[in-house]
Amino acid sequence: MVRNKLILAAAMLSSAALAAPAAAQNEQFIPILSYRTGAYAVNGVPYANGVADYYSLINERDGGINGVKLLVEECETGYATDKGVECYERLKGKGPTGAAFINPLSTGITFALTEKTTTDKIPIITMGYGRADSKNGAVFAYNFPLLGTYWSAADIAIQHIAKEVGGFDKLKGKKISLLYHDSPYGKEPIPMLQVLAKKYGFEFTPIPVTHPGVEQKSQWLAIRQNRPDYVLVWGWGVMNGTAVKEAAAVAYPRDKMIGVWWSGAEPDVTPAGDQAVGYKSLMLQHGAGKFLVHADIEKYVYARDKGASEPGKVGEVLYNRGMVNAMLGVEAIRKAQEKFGKKPLTGEQVRWGLENLNLSDARIKELGFEGMLKPIRISCSDHEGARDGRVQQWDGKGWKVISDWYTANQSETEPLVEEVSGKYAAEKNVKPRDCSKES
Amino acid sequence: MLYREAGQFKTTYAEDMAIFPIRQDRIALGILLGIAFVGVPLLATFHIWPFNSEYLLWAILLPFLILALAAIGVNVLVGYCGQISLGSGAFMAIGAYSAYKLGTGVHIPLAWFGFAISIPPLPVLPSILLGGLMAAIAGILFGIPSLRIKGLYLAVATLAAQFFFDWVFLRVPWFTNYAPSGSVNAPRLDFFGLAVNTPIERYLLCLIFITVFAVLAKNLVRGNLGRQWMAIRDMDIAAELIGIRPLYAKLTAFAVSSFIIGVAGALWAFVYLGSWEPLAFSIDRSLQLLFMVIIGGLGSIMGSFVGAAFILILPILLNLIPTQLGVPLSTETITHLEFIIFGSLICYLLIKEPHGFARLISIGKEKLRLWPFPY
Repeated sequence: MVRNKLILAAAMLSSAALAAPAAAQNEQFIPILSYRTGAYAVNGVPYANGVADYYSLINERDGGINGVKLLVEECETGYATDKGVECYERLKGKGPTGAAFINPLSTGITFALTEKTTTDKIPIITMGYGRADSKNGAVFAYNFPLLGTYWSAADIAIQHIAKEVGGFDKLKGKKISLLYHDSPYGKEPIPMLQVLAKKYGFEFTPIPVTHPGVEQKSQWLAIRQNRPDYVLVWGWGVMNGTAVKEAAAVAYPRDKMIGVWWSGAEPDVTPAGDQAVGYKSLMLQHGAGKFLVHADIEKYVYARDKGASEPGKVGEVLYNRGMVNAMLGVEAIRKAQEKFGKKPLTGEQVRWGLENLNLSDARIKELGFEGMLKPIRISCSDHEGARDGRVQQWDGKGWKVISDWYTANQSETEPLVEEVSGKYAAEKNVKPRDCSKES
Repeated sequence: MLYREAGQFKTTYAEDMAIFPIRQDRIALGILLGIAFVGVPLLATFHIWPFNSEYLLWAILLPFLILALAAIGVNVLVGYCGQISLGSGAFMAIGAYSAYKLGTGVHIPLAWFGFAISIPPLPVLPSILLGGLMAAIAGILFGIPSLRIKGLYLAVATLAAQFFFDWVFLRVPWFTNYAPSGSVNAPRLDFFGLAVNTPIERYLLCLIFITVFAVLAKNLVRGNLGRQWMAIRDMDIAAELIGIRPLYAKLTAFAVSSFIIGVAGALWAFVYLGSWEPLAFSIDRSLQLLFMVIIGGLGSIMGSFVGAAFILILPILLNLIPTQLGVPLSTETITHLEFIIFGSLICYLLIKEPHGFARLISIGKEKLRLWPFPY
């Protein structure tokens, strides 16, 4: 009997699997690669919630983009490259036109997917992460490191340090260490910092931390012996909180630590309690807090019980970053619809929308993001679009913005972008596009 | 009834010693190879279900073939020669990075001696095979301790290899051609002037590799060398007394095993990932390969395939089922469920059949011989 029931159940399951709901034709498919489990979940969860909630908002409030509903599916990568590739393959062909774009939230997965996405003609949006050389859209047609690469971040961090010590000329002889996650993510800023160290005459020491970053005793011992004037933190997940705690253990002043924008969210400092007071980090333009768009999120998403997050966590740094990221993707689709019509678009068409995306102050205000973002303009030769940042400091309860806007100095980043992307083009036989002929 | 060898008389020694002495086995294998070499590519070319998207080829079959190859390598060492190794990930990495260096050109400046060693970029096939050779050399070096230490102690020694090579490829920029991010890109895949790009071509390439290596490995373990390995595995002192040199037997096992693992590593990097970092060959990979061999069956080539399928594909299937059925679960819950179910399945399987799938298959065969009359 039991066996018969099992067979029956299996038959029902398989018939249900075969009769998967046929996708409606007027839907734009967007995959979400997220990680809600593993060593990086503390940071992955709020980000994924922000992304999911913004797509829900577009569907609930506007009924999609110009009537084209967004169809979203999440896939768990666990921040592992091979899982990420599997997720990408699983989701890239879904929906009537395939994935509009992909956003892996992992520099390692970005490296693994760069070539595939170009072949599949699906843009890869890496907002505030990814490979810094992909700013050069002539070579990397499908990569969009929007709002800032790690090289821009490194430049902004040094600008802030220069301001704190009283000018760029005062940087000479200073000691700056980089505590980094030993992966492509953490290694990205090193060449830029080396260039800057040479230019301004500070002494630069990179200090690697092995994945996942809970073991940092020897690194902080080295910092204690070397006594650097500043420590830049390029960490993610549990590594950030550990770094703050270890700094306290060796009595390294927290206000001399500057995290990158991925090392400056609530989960990074709250576990350390009072020890984290004074810790600084860069901001990828926006910070924590609620703005006009959050009111809509509460009204259309949370009031209808469709929110992904605990309501108390709406407006955290990484939640907001997820939202900004989703918004830029949605606006790119909207832009592409202007040219290709109000229907589901292919990745290739969305790529055009991304490359011609131009968000003015007025448009940002209209979207409810005023106060979070500065204008963004993306072009063929500049897939970054904007390279502004501020610095925030943790006061024990919240993040306080402590600086004006900085803009990364392109004269410093650009030669490196040209050199490294040129090397990639030669290695991969990519013929750079002529950006003057693109429209 | 169908699977009965009555009437199949073997009249020569060659027939008696054939890899597959039973006719039904040969037919089954022929059909399987036919499906793999002709059926799958044909279905994929015409996008017939289940090959209507590239997913099955890219994300399931390709990694399955490559990891099954690596599992064969691990099985030679762990299953046939009885030397527990936790360094398989490292040997995969050696294969991958050596192949990468050879494929992009080696330049060793020897400033002290006033000259430099330069090797121009080699074609892909030689670089993959030489990558395997490099792994074999490293395998021999790290196999030397096995002459003195055994069992778990040897596992710890091979663990050292794992961490050492993880460190080398992470920290020595020469191996990554000074790539700023430490992530390297495989060279273009050209085989004798043919570019291997589409998933079907990549699949066929890996299939050819694994078929050749599986046949080679199967013949090795059936022959003189394999018997030496198994004698060492079953009782090394007795083996020594009947005239088997432990040095030779153990080091050849390390060499052959590392060679196969190295080739698998190079394929994993070149054909599947395309762009990789040392984390792709971390200790997790070593453990994954070891589990494949244990679940599949120690000392069985067939078991390597089944084990690879179980460890690689089952979690993905478990992960896919709720979405396919339209059950509204968060990805978080699905992933946790996947871990729970997968873990319990492993426990259940090992309690029911500690010798793995290979044993289950052979029991199945025995029963099938008698079926439908159990006497």
